[in-house]
Amino acid sequence: MSEKQVTRRNFLYVTTGAFAAAGAASLAWPFVDQMNPDASVKALASTEIDLRPIIPGQSITVVWRGKPVFIRRRTQAEIDEAKKVNLADLPHPEEDSDRAQNPEWLVMVGICTHLGCVPLGQKGDYNGWFCPCHGSHYDTSGRIRKGPAPTNLEIPDYVFLNETTIKIG
Amino acid sequence: MSENYAPKSAVGRWFNDRLPLLNLIYGHLLPYPTPKNLNYWWTFGGILTFCLVTQIITGLVLAMHYVADADLAFASVEHIMRDVNYGWLLRYIHANGASLFFMAVYIHMARSLFYGSYKEPRELIWIIGVFIFLLMIATAFMGYVLPWGQMSFWGATVITNLFSAIPLVGESVTNWLWGGYAVGSPLLTRFFTLHYLMPFLIFALVILHVWALHVPGNNNPEGINVVQGSQDTVPFHPHYVVKDMFALVVFLVVFAGFVFFVPNLLGHTDNYIEANPMQTPEHIVPEWYFLPFYAILRSVPDKLGGVILMVSAIAILAFLPWLDTSKVRSAKYRPLYRQFVWLFFANVILLGYLGAQTADGLFLIIGRIATAYYFAHFIIILPLLGYIEKTKPLPKSLSEPVLSPEERQMKAAASGASA
Repeated sequence: MSEKQVTRRNFLYVTTGAFAAAGAASLAWPFVDQMNPDASVKALASTEIDLRPIIPGQSITVVWRGKPVFIRRRTQAEIDEAKKVNLADLPHPEEDSDRAQNPEWLVMVGICTHLGCVPLGQKGDYNGWFCPCHGSHYDTSGRIRKGPAPTNLEIPDYVFLNETTIKIG
Repeated sequence: MSENYAPKSAVGRWFNDRLPLLNLIYGHLLPYPTPKNLNYWWTFGGILTFCLVTQIITGLVLAMHYVADADLAFASVEHIMRDVNYGWLLRYIHANGASLFFMAVYIHMARSLFYGSYKEPRELIWIIGVFIFLLMIATAFMGYVLPWGQMSFWGATVITNLFSAIPLVGESVTNWLWGGYAVGSPLLTRFFTLHYLMPFLIFALVILHVWALHVPGNNNPEGINVVQGSQDTVPFHPHYVVKDMFALVVFLVVFAGFVFFVPNLLGHTDNYIEANPMQTPEHIVPEWYFLPFYAILRSVPDKLGGVILMVSAIAILAFLPWLDTSKVRSAKYRPLYRQFVWLFFANVILLGYLGAQTADGLFLIIGRIATAYYFAHFIIILPLLGYIEKTKPLPKSLSEPVLSPEERQMKAAASGASA
């Protein structure tokens, strides 16, 4: 018995064990996946919004996938302020033109990228948004400028269906 | 001890011969040898068992009236408060019971720290205890979400968002936890399920905790080894059963004081406003018992870093038996540790205070210093103290420190003669 021999029995042990492990793993997946967003949640994945009632300098908050989405019709001063920022000063550098398809309309998920609170509009050191939970300051383009949030406010996928309607999602 | 036990009744004997359950209970509760000098800080184990059972019983009946759905949860809690017979009492016992549970567990842990109960040979008791503490944190947090008030909702949002700090898979993990793209009904239902399950897991760990405790026996205020069954021990019953009962009654006076006079003192008024996903409250604070850890989270300007540090603050406790290099257990015989352990307690209370304040300016700076000190206690002070501290001589028995010099001489002479 000094030399280990691979017998027919060893082979059966290993293959049986492997099949049992693969079976158990594949059976575990439904128990894990049941927790993921279900079909009824995914079905609510897009929202259409009429932009006509919004005047410059006004924001609305709409619900998309259970989250608040800020739609702000920016004033010219805010657009200019967002455009003249030096990208090197930003913790998460992004051009304003990459964040707003139409500079007049800023559409973004109204959830602080730190820990998920809803920031307050037109507050903070940069005239944009300020999160009261842990003190993150965002600028007029929704970019993080100061505080613990790691990234800029998220821009959802959206398209202008026509001049005055957008579809989010 | 337990081997010699025979039930008095014929039915008892019949049962015990087939399943020696009575033997087991008898051995662990009645003659179990206990150091004779345990003070009142040792009564919190019994108090904690009482707390756990109270939470399970009140929770069970609350679950008969509560509805775990985002549209109905808040109303069902108000229904419990207004319509259900004695619903207000059951809910106030459950809600304040959670706070008192944490009060008791912090005292229990502080006792362990002061008297070195976590040291060899009791490391595993301590580690099981850390796991019980972790489960308690999870259970309490999920329970706080169930009333679906503003603090419930935003507390759940902030804490589940901690998982989004995980690199690469963070977002998938949070969506998986939520069962959606934000905190909502699916999360509430699964939190309710887990909140119901976890106390039973805690109960199982408590059995292991006590089992592991009964192998080496209790530590004691002198922190020395006692021989089980020697003159230094007394049977658990009636000595400590009565002492524990008395402590429990005093504890119940405090408990009743909260429930009947200030049931909402420890809660937050915002939680009587129904959850609104569109509006965050001005100032989010967790329940008081999480404040020190919340202060640690906020003291780091980086999201992932804050989460790691907060988790480490609890995880580091599990390594305590090896971080503390001193062989002497009780702080009574460790002149330096005695001061540092009080400093540590004060620092945790300071962190708790800071956790309730807004995180900016001076509070943030003090918070960072206090956080640094919390970790320094474990990874710098404790390992070093074992080498540089000159400890006091340990007594040979539990009787020695309380005997007069004459009695001590007599005792020494007697033992010398017998030897």
